[in-house]
Amino acid sequence: MTTAAPSHWPGEILAAFKAQDVRLVPYVPDNVLRPLIAAIEADPHFTAFPCAREEEAIGIAAGAVMSGMRAACLMQTSGFATLPNALASLVCAFQLPVVMVVSERGTLGEFNPGQAIVCRTMRPILDSMGIEHHTLSRLDECGFQADRALRQAFATRWPACLILSPLLTARPQ
Amino acid sequence: MTRPETLRSNTQVMNRAALTKRIVGKLHRREAVVGGIGNSNWDLWAADPARPENFYMLGSMGLAAPIALGVALAQPDRRVLALEGDGSLLMQLGCLSTIAARAPRNLVIVVWDNAIYQITGGQPTPAAQSGTDWVAIARASGIAQSHWAADEAEFDALIETALTTDGPHLIAARIDDEPGRSQTDRDPVRFAQAFARAMALPVG
Repeated sequence: MTTAAPSHWPGEILAAFKAQDVRLVPYVPDNVLRPLIAAIEADPHFTAFPCAREEEAIGIAAGAVMSGMRAACLMQTSGFATLPNALASLVCAFQLPVVMVVSERGTLGEFNPGQAIVCRTMRPILDSMGIEHHTLSRLDECGFQADRALRQAFATRWPACLILSPLLTARPQ
Repeated sequence: MTRPETLRSNTQVMNRAALTKRIVGKLHRREAVVGGIGNSNWDLWAADPARPENFYMLGSMGLAAPIALGVALAQPDRRVLALEGDGSLLMQLGCLSTIAARAPRNLVIVVWDNAIYQITGGQPTPAAQSGTDWVAIARASGIAQSHWAADEAEFDALIETALTTDGPHLIAARIDDEPGRSQTDRDPVRFAQAFARAMALPVG
């Protein structure tokens, strides 16, 4: 079977979600994520909705994944930084394959000093808990990375984080 | 028939362990129950430690209702209850708007209001100091079917309604300051796997 190749990064992520049967997408909005959120909300395969806070999205995804529905949480870097307790005490302690997709702010041209500082916390937090993370920076690789990272998360029952670099989302392709 | 509205000021102080037992005694269709951190969990455990449809959270204070929402969205035919303390709910009030926006018909939130952080030494919550009303907040967030339980009889009736009619429902009960009666095993991976296996079974 052949399908039309997705022509930009949101299509690659969406295709990976579908291939790995992710159906629930709680998110906290972000401007970079806007085309991905729009594409997911336009697709009846998905149930996608905004949450008041990133922790909520993690809780919702945890409940869903234990109940047979795979989920991915979308958020921005600064929102990710609110999560260490929920990741440690819920996602990691219970070994739940909760997937996060984080649009990376605070690097490669950031204007906001707060975003620049909080960005430096993200990978050390993930590393400190042994959460697999991949930085998606190239259109020709991001679909493969997303598909394989999700596949591993669900197979090994361990969380994963996809970091969407400005190299992917802002660089002219 | 409508009954007169119960206000917080007209409610009896009840006991969380006793009310939790009353809830669990009404569950016959593999309903999922998500217990909040600490005492809410421990009384759920004490009510029936062998019940695999119970999920005992650890340190993610405030996430009982969001976890229950995730279960409810994944399995619309299963009733799902969250048992949450007042201090915990105060940490994650935004979830009431999220729940109201999704309007899951199968979700029930029970709020245990002892007005204190019992487990950390009984300090008053700011909600207690300010006179915050959980039912009023829930209704203003969009959960129309939110009620205070005046006494055990009304609590029973509210739970029966919540288990048999479309929600989301929120039931608030004032409770005493008794600590949890026992503690859960410290075995989160076993809990998650047992709960997931139970959720894979059809609703009874």
